[in-house]
Amino acid sequence: MKPFAFERARDVDHALSLAAASPGARFLAGGTNLLDLMKLEIEQPPRLIDVGRLPLADIAETAAGGLRIGALATNTAVASDPKVRRRYPALARAILAGGSVQLRNKATVGGNLMQRTRCPYFMDAAKPCNKRLPGSGCSAMEGLSSTLALFGASEMCIAVSPSDMSVALAAFDAVAETVRADGSVQRRSVETLHRLPGEAPQVDTDLAPDELILAVELPPPPEGGQAWRKVRARASYTGALASVAVAGDRVALGAVAARPWRARAAESALADGASPAEAAAAELASAEGEDGRKALVRRLAADVIRQAREGVGS
Amino acid sequence: MLTTIRVNGVDHDVDVDPRTSLLDLLREGLDLKGTKKGCDHGQCGACTVLVNGVRINACLSLAVMHDGDAVLTVEGLASGELLHPVQQAFLTEDAFQCGYCTPGQICSAVGLLAEVAAGQPSEATADLDGPVTLTDAEIRERMSGNICRCSAYPQILAAVRRAAGAAA
Repeated sequence: MKPFAFERARDVDHALSLAAASPGARFLAGGTNLLDLMKLEIEQPPRLIDVGRLPLADIAETAAGGLRIGALATNTAVASDPKVRRRYPALARAILAGGSVQLRNKATVGGNLMQRTRCPYFMDAAKPCNKRLPGSGCSAMEGLSSTLALFGASEMCIAVSPSDMSVALAAFDAVAETVRADGSVQRRSVETLHRLPGEAPQVDTDLAPDELILAVELPPPPEGGQAWRKVRARASYTGALASVAVAGDRVALGAVAARPWRARAAESALADGASPAEAAAAELASAEGEDGRKALVRRLAADVIRQAREGVGS
Repeated sequence: MLTTIRVNGVDHDVDVDPRTSLLDLLREGLDLKGTKKGCDHGQCGACTVLVNGVRINACLSLAVMHDGDAVLTVEGLASGELLHPVQQAFLTEDAFQCGYCTPGQICSAVGLLAEVAAGQPSEATADLDGPVTLTDAEIRERMSGNICRCSAYPQILAAVRRAAGAAA
């Protein structure tokens, strides 16, 4: 691990002013992804700003009938919260599918959103990777492709977001509230918080270096059923080959793009009276990748849409 | 960087490089070698300890993040000669072969029992709205962050089941 300066933020303003004054600095909350990447020297921030003790962990109902989840609420706290379990079970399920208990006890909602891809070529510092080292090439294009993007990729990068939680948040139309050092507050859709790779895959999100996630807000849960399912190479504690979250008439796919992928074509088809299988096929029509992987996602999406309609998914 | 950390009930004032993981502080700084370093990347669970009563991977945490925290390691579980019920259950069920993962398994199981007592659900919980019943499927899922290369999983399952009965 490269040397770095460590500072514990006294309050949000202190954290933001430190970030604004320190090019390359990173906020540290649970650290379960960032510290791992620093050990591998994939991340080499000159300064860590420990925000882990800021009072941003509340989970509270909003005036609009939704839920506001502080950015520092742990994954365990969110999945265990009675309001989440009762009204947003697909979110609780998605969080419980991620990592291990030890990781979820430490990992935060804000950190979950900011975690980086687990593309094996990004994680291997000996391999070319445009996300890790811009311009070095993409090893994944001709490599193992069982966990790579079907949607929204570019010639530069086909890595996917590893977050299970964000897939459910996208299905609930959640918004991330952020603040910058100049005091400006922004509300960004979780669905589009992450950029598609385009020509600059090294930039994961639109967040400015001094922009801190304060909370995630969910509108009231939509009418209709909810369901969540994750397919992976072993029964527990590994990343998704694919996942699907359904909330009412909204469908989001996970581990198929650099962001949680709202399946708009499937949603439109469902609105026009298509069956779950027809809706899933409509979404996959624009997918690019291996036929086997596309078939897996198509079948999974159809199953989970059906489960949500039958009320057996969560 | 000056950090005060309570480990197994004893306060330690230490001056650590910010890069020092909690795991390395325990093992190298405080000479508590019970907590093991397996993968050092949060994938094996051998370094599991309890911080303020909650199980975490000590390898994926910096010591300086724990100023003022109370850490419990496998060395702090027994009361003198009287083993913690989870330690005793692992012995009774012969829940290890080489033993390298065992301190992490035991600390993880101690955390698991507290989480179940608090009603926290897992992926194996059928009804998120109902109470948690500690079935074998629940134990397996909740222990999935601890890998055992000798594959003593049937005995580990039995030990956690036994300890849960003792705690109930």
